[in-house]
Order: sequence, then structure tokens, then C-alpha cells
Amino acid sequence: MRKGYGKELTKGILKENPVFRLVLGTCPTLAVSTSAMSALGMGAAATIVLICSNLAISACRKIIPDKVRIPAYITIIAGFVSVVQLLVKAFVPEIDKALGIYLPLIVVNCIILGRAEAFANKNPIIPSMLDGLGMGIGFTAALLAMGIIRELLGAGTVFNLPVTINFMDPIIIFILAPGGFFVYGILVAIVNKMTKGKKAELGCGGCGGCPMSSACSKISKGESGSDDNV
Amino acid sequence: MIMFKGLISIFLAGILTENFLLSKFLGICSFLGVSKKLNTSVGMSAAVILVMLISTAVTWPIYMYILMPLGFDYLETVVFIIIIAALVQLIELLLRKFMPPLYNSLGIYLPLITTNCAILGITTLVIDNTLDPMTNYGFAESMTSAFGSGIGFLVAMVLFSGVRQKMETCDIPKFLQGLPITLIAASLLAVSFFGFQGLVDGMLG
Repeated sequence: MRKGYGKELTKGILKENPVFRLVLGTCPTLAVSTSAMSALGMGAAATIVLICSNLAISACRKIIPDKVRIPAYITIIAGFVSVVQLLVKAFVPEIDKALGIYLPLIVVNCIILGRAEAFANKNPIIPSMLDGLGMGIGFTAALLAMGIIRELLGAGTVFNLPVTINFMDPIIIFILAPGGFFVYGILVAIVNKMTKGKKAELGCGGCGGCPMSSACSKISKGESGSDDNV
Repeated sequence: MIMFKGLISIFLAGILTENFLLSKFLGICSFLGVSKKLNTSVGMSAAVILVMLISTAVTWPIYMYILMPLGFDYLETVVFIIIIAALVQLIELLLRKFMPPLYNSLGIYLPLITTNCAILGITTLVIDNTLDPMTNYGFAESMTSAFGSGIGFLVAMVLFSGVRQKMETCDIPKFLQGLPITLIAASLLAVSFFGFQGLVDGMLG
């Protein structure tokens, strides 16, 4: 192994954590972190898709014309998502039930398209796969952290094992929609506090990795421009 | 009459109890990204409603009359995302050619919409509801569901842009500034939408 491969693997876990630092993939993060188990299932599914699509896109990077690259990426990603979806349905139907429509929606998860655009189309196969693995682990870790907190507070269990359920009533709102926004907000605030000075940018406006960032920044420029750095 | 009642309840559920942004978490990127000003919120939502309606109108028949009878239903995700991507391109071209004023107000939002999970979400969701014997949607129900969800998107975006404009003048602790306080505000907005729970059934039940 050459030096530098380790860096591709580890950067996604903390320094460029896709969920807390780059603010990508917010929809699945909020939606499936109601329990630790479904968070882990989502993380694993997205990681597999991320590694495979990075591999395929990196291998095809010289063949795909620049103009149609985004549709090409989406098609490649959708193919792998369908494979993962069929595998999950066949072997772990309970995870399929917990994830619902969020499993096919991995296709439009900006983490995957974002990594394809920012990394895999410029780098050889092995670093791209490691990048995918690292980002996947970072995504899974963030989801798992949210899943554990929400399940513990909202249901009194972790991985369906009773923790506090026997001596106090769970705060059900944490496994409902508002709890998702709240826990995510607090966790981003904590990460901000720990890496003080460097603010996490908001939405797609700030993330250079997102292929949609140019369109996004055009919109924020259209706004009077007084509050570019929200 | 019963069918009409059913359609109204689907429409209201899409706006209030099963709001796409606040209870299903679909399209959060645009919810956080472009809800700073009222006009961008309305523009984005209008583009979302337009694309939601057109893509549901196209994908539903394709799934029911082409993919299902031929046994290609496992290709749902691939086919839908390609159709949506192509449709968005087509809408952009048509608007630019034939309706320049509308293009000027909606055009910049269209590229963002292909990868907006709300669009793929609604097309997948109405297919799930069509195949589910409990809900058993037809074409009319699917279109109503798409329209209701789009309006729900608009309502949440407009409300939230109001909240965010108020927030700009507030003194917020430094580590909460930016994204964290926005998410916490969204959480409170989502709590308020719980007030509608049971309203739709109670009104029409």
C-alpha cells in the first residue's frame, strides 16, 4: 500500500464527515435514524452503493463524455441501488420494511453523486474505492450516532435491547419527525463547537462536492446577497 | 361522491398530516438551502409542484402498463430516475422556448430538481400505494397525491422562510449559528404540524 491511501480512507470519517461537516444526505439521515438498527442498515446499504459506484465511475471516467456525465452517473448509481434493493429484500426483509421508500431513494442521495463528481471522476480506481469506503463509514457512523440517541431517548432501547425503558417513560417525540431535526441540529452544533472557527456550511450552497452547487449558488446570488454565509 | 371524498382526504393528508418536508423528510436539501427568502421558496416550490405532477403523470402509466405486464418491475428505480432526468431537461427546454417569463422565474431551480428526493419519492410512493391493497390508488388518486404533496411542500417552504427571516435579527449563541439553529427551528415547525394529526380523518370520517 502506498502512502496516502490511508488518508483517502480516514478523511471521510471525521474531517470531511459527509453528514456533520459537508451536510450532505440530510433526507435519509433524518428519516431512518429512528432506531439504531435501521440506521445501521441504511448506512451499510449506502456504503455498498458508494464503493461500487465509485469503482464503476472511476473505471469509466475516460469514456464518459463530460456533457452527459451527470445522467451517466445517475444511471450507474441507480443500477447498483436496484441490486442492493433486491438483495436486501431477499435476505433481510425486516430492514427493507424499516427503510421503506428510503432504500430506492439512495439514488438521489447527494453523498453518492457528490463523491462521484468530486472524487471518482478524477482519481484512479483504488483511491476511489477507499474514498467510497471512508465516506460510507463516516455516513454510517453519523447515522448510528443519531439512531442510538433517538432510540435511547424516544423508545428507551438501543438495538431493541431495553436500557431505560424499565424505570422511566420514553420521550416519544424523539423518534418522531421533530426529534430528528432537533437531534441533528444539536449534533451539528456540538461538532461546530469541537472544530471551532470552521462553520459547517448550510445546505447545498456550501458544499463544493455537490454537483448541484453551481445551480444552488446562482439562486443564493439572486437573493439580495446580504446573507450569503448563513 | 365517495371517490371525491377520498380524493379530498388524500389531498389534505399530503398537505397537513403527511407533509413531505416535515414528516417524511423528502427534499430537505432544498428546504434548508433555498428557504432564506420568500420569493425563492415560492419559486422552488412551484418548480417542484410542476415536476411532481408531470413526472407522476408519466411514470404511473409507464409502470402500470409497460413495466408491470412485462415483468420488469424490478427496474422501477432505474427507469424512474432516467425519466425524471429527461423530463426535467425537456421542461427546461420547452419553458425557455415558449414561456420565457416563466423560465426566468423557475429556470434556475430546475437543475436542482432532478436530484431532489421529493420527486423520485412521490413517484415511488404512489406506485407503492397503488400496489398496496389497503390504499389501492388509481391514476386520479396518484395525481391528487402528487398535487397535495406539492402544495404541502409549498406551505412548509413559505412558513419556514418566514421563520428564517425573523431569525436573522435574533441574537443566537455562536455555536448554534447557521445550520444548527435552522434545524432546531424546523423541529419546532414540525411539532406544530402535529397539531393537524387526526384532523383529516375527523373532518371527513
